[in-house]
Amino acid sequence: MSDVVEKTLTALPSLLSLDSQPGSTKLSSTSKLGTLIRGITELTSKHEEEKLIQHELTSIKEQVSSPNTSMRQMKELMVRAIYCEMLGYEASFSYIHAIKLAQQGTALEKRVGYLAVSLFLNESHELLLLLVNTVLKDLQSTNLIEVCMALTVVSQMFPKDMIPAILPLVEEKLNHPKEIIRRKAVLALYKFYLIAPNQVQHIHNKFRKALCDKDPGVMTASLHIYLQMIQENPEGYKDLTPSFVTILKQVVGGKLPMDFNYHSVPAPWLQIQLLRILSLLGKNDQSTSEIMYEVLDESLRRAEMNHNITYAILYECVKCIYTIHPKSELLEKAAKCIGNFVLSPKINLKYLGLKALTYVVQQDPKLALQHQMTIIECLDHPDLIIKRETLELLFRITNAQNVTVIVEKIMLLYYLYLVCSCFLVFFPMNHYTYAPDNEWFIETMNTVFSVGGDMMQPDIPNSFLKLLSEGFDSVEEDRKLRLFAVDSYVSLLQGEPGKLPQRFLQVISWVLGEYSYLRKELEAARVLRLLAKLLDMKNTSSETKSWVLMAMTKLCEGRTGLSVAQEVSETYSSSLDTVLRQRAQELQHLSQDWELQARVLPRDAGHEPLEVDSSLSFLDGFVSEALAAGAAPYKPQHQRQEELAQAKALSLEPYGLSLPISMSSCSIADRQSPTLLSISSGLSGDSTELSHKGGSTSLKLDGVKRVWGREGYLAQREPVEESAHVEVPSPLRSPNHQGEADSQTPTPTPTPDPEQEKQQLASSLFVGLSSQSSVCLMGKSEPTPQRFRRKTKGPGSSSAVGEQISNSLVSTPSTVDNLLCNNLLESNITSELDVSSLEQTSQLAHGLTTANGNCDVELTDSDIKGSSPSLNGDNEVVAADPGSHEDPDGPKDLCLSSHLPAELSGLSHSEITPLCSKQSLDLSACHVHKDDFLVLVVFIYNSSDSDIQQILLELDSDELEVSCVCDNRVQEARSHSVAVCQYFLTVKRPSVHFKVVGIVSYQFPVGTPQSVQFSYKLPLTSFIRPLTLTTEEYGTMWLDFSHDTKQNLTLISDGQEPLAATLNMLEKKLQLHVVEVIGMEGIVACQLLQDQPCLMHCRLHAGTLAVWLRSPVPDLPDCLMYHCQRALQEH
Amino acid sequence: MIKAILIFNNHGKPRLIRFYQYFAEDMQQQIIRETFHLVSKRDDNVCNFLEGGSLIGGSDYKLIYRHYATLYFVFCVDSSESELGILDLIQVFVETLDKCFENVCELDLIFHMDKVHYILQEVVMGGMVLETNMNEIVAQVEVQNRMEKSESHMERMLLRRHLEPLSPHSHELG
Repeated sequence: MSDVVEKTLTALPSLLSLDSQPGSTKLSSTSKLGTLIRGITELTSKHEEEKLIQHELTSIKEQVSSPNTSMRQMKELMVRAIYCEMLGYEASFSYIHAIKLAQQGTALEKRVGYLAVSLFLNESHELLLLLVNTVLKDLQSTNLIEVCMALTVVSQMFPKDMIPAILPLVEEKLNHPKEIIRRKAVLALYKFYLIAPNQVQHIHNKFRKALCDKDPGVMTASLHIYLQMIQENPEGYKDLTPSFVTILKQVVGGKLPMDFNYHSVPAPWLQIQLLRILSLLGKNDQSTSEIMYEVLDESLRRAEMNHNITYAILYECVKCIYTIHPKSELLEKAAKCIGNFVLSPKINLKYLGLKALTYVVQQDPKLALQHQMTIIECLDHPDLIIKRETLELLFRITNAQNVTVIVEKIMLLYYLYLVCSCFLVFFPMNHYTYAPDNEWFIETMNTVFSVGGDMMQPDIPNSFLKLLSEGFDSVEEDRKLRLFAVDSYVSLLQGEPGKLPQRFLQVISWVLGEYSYLRKELEAARVLRLLAKLLDMKNTSSETKSWVLMAMTKLCEGRTGLSVAQEVSETYSSSLDTVLRQRAQELQHLSQDWELQARVLPRDAGHEPLEVDSSLSFLDGFVSEALAAGAAPYKPQHQRQEELAQAKALSLEPYGLSLPISMSSCSIADRQSPTLLSISSGLSGDSTELSHKGGSTSLKLDGVKRVWGREGYLAQREPVEESAHVEVPSPLRSPNHQGEADSQTPTPTPTPDPEQEKQQLASSLFVGLSSQSSVCLMGKSEPTPQRFRRKTKGPGSSSAVGEQISNSLVSTPSTVDNLLCNNLLESNITSELDVSSLEQTSQLAHGLTTANGNCDVELTDSDIKGSSPSLNGDNEVVAADPGSHEDPDGPKDLCLSSHLPAELSGLSHSEITPLCSKQSLDLSACHVHKDDFLVLVVFIYNSSDSDIQQILLELDSDELEVSCVCDNRVQEARSHSVAVCQYFLTVKRPSVHFKVVGIVSYQFPVGTPQSVQFSYKLPLTSFIRPLTLTTEEYGTMWLDFSHDTKQNLTLISDGQEPLAATLNMLEKKLQLHVVEVIGMEGIVACQLLQDQPCLMHCRLHAGTLAVWLRSPVPDLPDCLMYHCQRALQEH
Repeated sequence: MIKAILIFNNHGKPRLIRFYQYFAEDMQQQIIRETFHLVSKRDDNVCNFLEGGSLIGGSDYKLIYRHYATLYFVFCVDSSESELGILDLIQVFVETLDKCFENVCELDLIFHMDKVHYILQEVVMGGMVLETNMNEIVAQVEVQNRMEKSESHMERMLLRRHLEPLSPHSHELG
């Protein structure tokens, strides 16, 4: 085929002059287009071309506007205008003439006119209105070609509001005797469906008719529509599955006429389309999937590997098989098929094979193992696209054990990111959780910043800084990470900062400004001088300069610093850039007034949430004054645009309602009052989301579904809440492990070097994928701490829990102890009454290790299931709930809950969760909901044979106030008994989840002091209580609150009215109080303990629930919104 | 959906440009330039797909191209199109051009840009694949060509009548 276009442009001048070739005979030397083209090819510079085209355009312009130009000449002029437009020169004067040509010309001239129109104009061009009548006329023409042309131009671009005018005519064409017309009509209707779906709703049954058309071509065209509609709503078309299956069966079986064969494959494009539709229909639907197994099997079988197009079908087949409800037999065949793709020498097929693998590893990571050697080879493939695809595949299989190798590999191929910088989104925040240590992370990020540079998305520096400032569990680790960053950046600045990209410099200046105080021996003045050096560099952008100035403002202290700061601020206070001038002024003033500086820029406050009054309520007075003075009320931008558009477009409804008038009649106070909200909310429809975005200043990751976990891709697992940890075991890179891995590959020892290298690489890349499979090539995998952690979460699966159960069951005196313990607690005499240290002298036979255990337990809101409803007054004792016996934790739970202090025993409490256990000490905890407070109860169970005295339990939390119920913090636990500590928790600062960190230190009668750390997590919802209000009270409160957030949430519908159902569910799950439901709107109130109200306004809007939360407490609306969202999703 | 079809030569000179999604004129030119830049750098022994560019619509889109002697045929499509399917569609399109122009070359595309557009309209309509069968496409194009011939025949007749208005009559008379 490559010889098809064999004649080259170099032959052009000779061809033109000889005029002998068949292709060029028609171009007489007098042809204007010919002259133009010849002129262009003879040119040598862009400048000359511009001159020539401008000249040409002037001459065209002259001719088109001359009244003597015939339609025939016009046709020729249009082609020349098209040519000029193609080269990028605007010929807007010719647009109107193109429309005229389409209107008035003969069929041939019309064709040029339509072509020019469709190339020149777009859907929203106002001149298109002039075409509507022409199209109408041509649709009714008896000349088939004219009808075809009209349909083509309609499908290319047609003004949306004019669709109703021609719709009946196009519909009519569905019954046209000529199949080509029917086919084009179907596609035109599809186009209408895409741009204005509601206008073609009524003809859905006609689409069905087209699907059943006797002509396969028309049927194929209708599949475009079905693919789209099924994508949007798969449920609505399940009944068509058998039809699609039958069609595919017929096509595959060769029932179509031979005309439809392409390289002896029957209608391949049709097959592809059908397979796509089937995969959409069969997704997550077993019964539908079952209908298609047979035909999929047949497709796989029939598609012999002989031509490109069969591979196209196979690829779709494989994707379909992996999308629908799985059937092992088919999966096996599909996997084999993927192998054929991946191993193919044809590069296009390899590409698709990798794509298929990437798609499939999400469900079956083991498949990547089979092809690991090929994947390694692909990493070194000369084709960038193949490399990129391989990297994408590697990203899907990243886990804690192979992260270093994968990232190293990526660093080697880093230049790739300049080509496809979008890829960087995946990187590296997902991977931080896998990072082996701080140094590795900072260094990797340094490379990312210096190479990715300014091509990088701004998200990456942002989330990096966010990560640094928010930190992780351990304060010490955070400090180390920041310290390392400071050190590394100082040394970078001492090198050649001129080479670093601007984004990186910005990151550096922020980090230095914020954290360089951590390095005690580093003088602020030195950092200031380094930063000042950046300002002097020529290529530093003004954006970077303002970052640098900000950093300097944070840093300047002491005499030497002051002089640098003064010098700099003087230079920039006269800068032309207003932002820089502003920063320089700030620097000047703050450097002189340290007190003010400390207040404005408090140290280490990077992660403190800023209080932003997004509703700008402090301006209300100003606004109402302005309104009173006759100013026009504010309209959101989209509304202004709509109005503008309405004013421009033809009004089809002569006396339509005009919205702006009613808008201006309502005062600003009305706009904010939720009880009258229908006025404004109807208008500001989409603005809920917008203002939500504006309201939150920080990145929100809470609501985002976690796809990546610590152990790699969290396939179908329930979302596991995780706190990021810095310590992650380093991957299996030690040589002995690689040796083990090698020994399992086919030819272990005598492999040549490159091959062995590849295998080593393979073993390090694919480590961790095969945890359950016997095909483990990587040697044994170490049990990792997070795996252990995860286990402890599962009820009853943890060894600690198991031990507890057995212990509490075995130890017969436990009931006595329980009673005793309860009595003790009730009478509030804990340690005094305790048995004197009789047993203190008893020796412990076994030695004790001193290592500190570290164990976390997290609770999600789902953990308090079942216990929350009882809050509403009917006090049921959860511990006695027969349902809980089915829980593996049941016996222990029952046992421990009997230790609950009597005053709390009647209340609902969360599941009792084991916190940690060390040697003979087991800690568990739960929280108890009371109407006006929340109590955290910690159970300390001593399973040893000796008593433990002096148990000191200290709890702390960033966001919570923790206070002990009884002042005595020291507890003691007798042998095989439980000690109970209670704490009141109150919220200092709202957060989605709260974490209480604790440390328990104790000492056995004999032995060294021990301590165990633990943490306990509880959701915001534990602190939420209903707030009973009247609608009037609600109305007045609503206006007073300054912090708000808006979001659209999904509705639930259980057959009843969706708004009521959703609100009931929220009321039940989150302890809210529904104040009133008025039509499409509902108002709900709740309070955060103690007495911090939060109001919620819900409105049904376009199938979603537009929720608006307001509260006087910053962050509370955002956090509560998260829980509402979660509650609705979990439903 | 096909978002755009670009044909340019080895030097990046556009030969046929068809956008199925609206872009401003200067954006169109930039897309052409960047696409050429991307495609021309690739060897003949690498795959025919390019993705991850930020040209048209971002990551959902890919470029599928074929290189024939002096011309690049580039289809810009979204994820709803099958890669190999489009690759073969380009082949069908070029074979059709070959049949219509009898041994097509770059010159035919330059001087008969309008005709190439008409042929393309029978293959892809408004971004949707209309017809993949070469014989069908050629048949549709020929129907239009016949119209052209008959029209030019008529014009010639008219012209002749205009030039020699009397001759037919004189024959009749004679």
